[in-house]
Amino acid sequence: MGKLKGLTSSSLFLPLVALAALLLFNIIFVDGFLHIEMTEDGMLYGRLIDILNRSSSLIILSLGMTFVIATSGIDISVGAVVAISSAVVCTLIGGRSDGAAETPMVLAMLAAVGAGVLCGAWNGILVAKFKIQAVVATLILMTAGRGVAQLMTSGQIITVYYKPFSYIGGSIPGNVLPTTIFIVVAMVLLVAFLMKKTSIGLFVQSVGINPTASRFAGINVTMVIFLVYAFSGLCAGVSGLIESSLIRAADANNAGLNMEMDAILAVALGGTLLSGGKFYIGGSVIGAITIQTLTTTMYAIGIASDQLPVIKAIAVIILCLIQSKRFQAMFNEWKNRRNSHKDLSMAEKAVDKV
Amino acid sequence: MNRKIKKLMNEAIASQYFSFFVTVILFIVLYGVGIMTYKGFVRPQVFFNLFIDNASLIIVTVGVTFTLLIGGIDLSVGAVVALCCMILAVLLEHTAIPFVLAVIGVLLLGIVFGAIQGYLITAFNMQPFIITLAGMFFCRGLTAVISRETISITNPMYVAIASERIDVFGLGFVSIGAGVALVTLIIAAILLKYTKIGRTIFAIGGNEGSASLMGLPVFKTKVLVYTISGFCAALGGVVYSWIMLSGYPLHGLGMEMDAIASSVIGGTLLTGGVGFIPGTLFGVLIQGVILTFITFQGTLSAWWTKIVVGALLCIFIIMQALITERKSKISSKSSMQVTENKAAETK
Amino acid sequence: MENVLLEMRQINKIFPGVRALSKIDFTLRNGEIHSLMGENGAGKSTLVKVLTGVYQRDGGAIKLEGKEISPHTPKEAQECGISTVYQEVNLCLNLTVAENIFIGREPKKHGFIDWKLINMRAEELLKKLNVDIDVTKTLDHYSVAIQQMIAIARAVDVSAKILILDEPTSSLDEQETQRLFKIIRQLKKQGMGIIFISHFLEQIYDLCDRVTVLRNGELVGTYDVAALPKVELIARMVGKDLSDVKDFGKKEEKSIPSEDVFLEADHIGCTGLLMNMDVKIHKGEVMGFAGLLGSGRTETAELLFGIYSITKGQILINGKKLNIKEPMAAMRKKIAFCPENRKLQGIIGDLSVRENIILAMQAKDGMFCHIPYKEQVRLADESIKLLNIKVSSREQLMKNLSGGNQQKVIIARWLVTNPDLLILDEPTRGIDVGTKNEIQKMAIHLAKEKGMAIVFISGEMDEMVRTCTKLVVLRDRKKVAEIENDDISSENVMRAIAGGDA
Repeated sequence: MGKLKGLTSSSLFLPLVALAALLLFNIIFVDGFLHIEMTEDGMLYGRLIDILNRSSSLIILSLGMTFVIATSGIDISVGAVVAISSAVVCTLIGGRSDGAAETPMVLAMLAAVGAGVLCGAWNGILVAKFKIQAVVATLILMTAGRGVAQLMTSGQIITVYYKPFSYIGGSIPGNVLPTTIFIVVAMVLLVAFLMKKTSIGLFVQSVGINPTASRFAGINVTMVIFLVYAFSGLCAGVSGLIESSLIRAADANNAGLNMEMDAILAVALGGTLLSGGKFYIGGSVIGAITIQTLTTTMYAIGIASDQLPVIKAIAVIILCLIQSKRFQAMFNEWKNRRNSHKDLSMAEKAVDKV
Repeated sequence: MNRKIKKLMNEAIASQYFSFFVTVILFIVLYGVGIMTYKGFVRPQVFFNLFIDNASLIIVTVGVTFTLLIGGIDLSVGAVVALCCMILAVLLEHTAIPFVLAVIGVLLLGIVFGAIQGYLITAFNMQPFIITLAGMFFCRGLTAVISRETISITNPMYVAIASERIDVFGLGFVSIGAGVALVTLIIAAILLKYTKIGRTIFAIGGNEGSASLMGLPVFKTKVLVYTISGFCAALGGVVYSWIMLSGYPLHGLGMEMDAIASSVIGGTLLTGGVGFIPGTLFGVLIQGVILTFITFQGTLSAWWTKIVVGALLCIFIIMQALITERKSKISSKSSMQVTENKAAETK
Repeated sequence: MENVLLEMRQINKIFPGVRALSKIDFTLRNGEIHSLMGENGAGKSTLVKVLTGVYQRDGGAIKLEGKEISPHTPKEAQECGISTVYQEVNLCLNLTVAENIFIGREPKKHGFIDWKLINMRAEELLKKLNVDIDVTKTLDHYSVAIQQMIAIARAVDVSAKILILDEPTSSLDEQETQRLFKIIRQLKKQGMGIIFISHFLEQIYDLCDRVTVLRNGELVGTYDVAALPKVELIARMVGKDLSDVKDFGKKEEKSIPSEDVFLEADHIGCTGLLMNMDVKIHKGEVMGFAGLLGSGRTETAELLFGIYSITKGQILINGKKLNIKEPMAAMRKKIAFCPENRKLQGIIGDLSVRENIILAMQAKDGMFCHIPYKEQVRLADESIKLLNIKVSSREQLMKNLSGGNQQKVIIARWLVTNPDLLILDEPTRGIDVGTKNEIQKMAIHLAKEKGMAIVFISGEMDEMVRTCTKLVVLRDRKKVAEIENDDISSENVMRAIAGGDA
């Protein structure tokens, strides 16, 4: 019994169970869900690969969001920053019909990610230095950001014909797996490296749990907060590359739409408390994959992309309730009352028997 | 001499109406620039159009202001507007329900929705932004579930109301929506200034701990505030449907941001406890002027409005932060005792 | 018993794991100014909160004018006639003066709030208290002194039977204090019962009729102020019986301070925090900061560590002047600070013991110089052994430790940084006796064997006398005496705190 409790109380329990349930649902109701085959080009192909591919940008966003939430903050601008990043990379490469690039692709990619970092730094200054509430500070970019992206693309959808650009969201010829999987692995490894070889993880948690005590221990709280927002911007920048490569275009209106909600959901599902403190990168990754599986499953049932937010909203509320201390207290009280009733009726039965 | 000016400046900054003055001056300046640049700006109808076109935003902003006053926030308002438009469109086009009942139904929906959000936030001590963000996604999604396509409203009585023109001293006309907006503004202003509930709202925003120690009904008032916001969003949705005469999932996109920006530009402190309804009106009007300017210009994209408003919001927030810092240095000397402020929690 | 206004009998209050109040008896007469005294954690504010409906008592009875009452909320207490003016003025700075006085009970005209009437009555009320100000301005325009008057005006207007003043003079200067006292005496004449909580001895002797002393949640006694010398009052508060002044000096156990001055604080002060402090801390010395609550001990420590910046004077370390603007600056100079409020300022509850121990060290090393896991384990294990910290494992969460062990972990955090100066602010508060002794012994050991300079701040006179080689006495935010070597005794310290006419 104790071992079961140990299992259920692990932070990965919830997201893994949710993921397992969704996969099970898909295996039962979707034909050929587990089917993976090799195409003529020598690439792996199948629904599972597809899920991993599509969840890549969400996983990366969730990495950044995890750190921000861990410091008791929030970044609702990530969707808009994805749009900005797509706009930058596509504008720089250009939509020349002859398939040539106006700027070397690597430079364009760096510029896009750089734009993401700048956006994140902007958020970071507002929150860390000016002590503006995170939700409002990032709200500014959330709405103005898409405007900026629109301006960059002059309100058009810029389609990119430069072939190598599609390799980011697709796959580099000769590779078995889609490039996105490599990018995700690289980002996760980067974060793992940061966790292991630097003390950023420790400081972030410390700041999220008790910023006053962190200050008294000598931690530069302002710098820590600034860095997490900058990193979130970086993740959004990388995400923007993937998103625009997937459709080979920059669509300022739809790029990254609703992704902030997905990211927050993934982080919450993964065990990180929305009020800040300890965080779980692994949980966020699994959470992101789960959310993506949920999305794909919903599509399979026939729910449209603009209707999906209803389910996600309910999921967030339920997760918040589970995490809320007062709700836990109420639930325990209710449980105790039921148990005491049970005990009482059992005692009564025992007395009757005598 | 220098000292006197400094003192005057300090007093002006410390005045609670400082932000309002800045907003009014900004509005006048922007309008002046408009007049100087385009001849058409001089027509009185241009001014009235500000009210007609932004009627919905005015009402929604009033509701959002209430939540900002207690130190909370409501991100769901734009989505509620869209949902209400869609429900109205469906009820009017696909059912035989009389439009009065449809409107009342939608308003009730707003009240219930707001109350639920308020209860979740207050009873379980959850952060307002996440609950209302979820509320936003919920309503947007629900709107798309009802219909992913535009539903035009062709109900003749409804269309008549939408196109009704109210004459204003012969100088021009306004719509019924504008009238509703004005009435909402007046009621809100009276509520905040002359009723116990209104003053309790300010007290909670100023210092929730003190408010509960003074015996004020904090829980009830907080839930009520979100209910009011939900109602205003629904009412704003009704007025919006008069302007758009349709239901569409993307209606009111970004309105929450416009509302918050208008409120802050109009003098509402994000930290709560300070706000002025006439100020929020001017905040909306400033947005309207900027958009009108861009329309007159013709070539600039409408997206510029969002960017300029975002920039203004940013400037005003930073200004607020700096003034608050300055204020605590000017007036009361900080307490000699650095104590733990245990403002008691009451049940 | 004549004129008994309020009677509290055998009041008990229990919080999980802590007995905050134990069988407290307290009576208040009509037209009396009664002082409630005790050090931090004595139970004063808990008793007041029980009376004012913020907490519910777990035992005992409260009788007001002969009738039993049980206020469940502050509002109910107000309706009974009990009003409180809290230490942190609990008014709303964003509302006007008049509004603060009348909020929650605004007079109405035709259903709308009658502002004219409010403003008029507010002015009248304040004039009675000799305060003549513009009541239509918001509260944040006025000094804390005025704010307090306004809070009193509200309290008096809301209910006219009992007025509780919690540290009302903490932010007032001499003139403002006298003004306040005039008003309090006026209210006394009107027959109000006033409970006056303060740690300023002079003021209590100036103003109050009787004093009740609490200690560790228990009643020490109630005395007539006129009949109790100051020194005896202090003795009651710190738990020392003056007749029992046998301090087993054990001077041979104490450390011997070297000639080298590590830190010199030259006339330092900070507006709003500390008036003046002059002290030289030697290596190998255990220096104590003695004084009652609010005398400036913690403030001095915080200034030396960079939590706040000094606004006057200078700090010299090893002879060189230094600007200490933030904790890291102090840490770089090998200063360490164990703060007073370990819950708010020390503990990172959800992190493990190991992580809490290496935190300051890691902050010093910086973000990119990660302390390898093996090293962390070594440091943690060493500290656990050295300080005898009782944990099930080094990965146990900090929040699950007992108070004493938590305190040890915080001390370990700073010891790991190998400081030259270690400041311990109330390291033994809320801790069992065994651990208290361990910590005191450790302080002496560090000074003696390691040559560390130690600053030891404690409200327990015993501890300070036993461990310190020099005691710096503070009163009202400035140093008033330095006692060293043979002169160190509880009696001398208490006399120094009491001041001139003990």
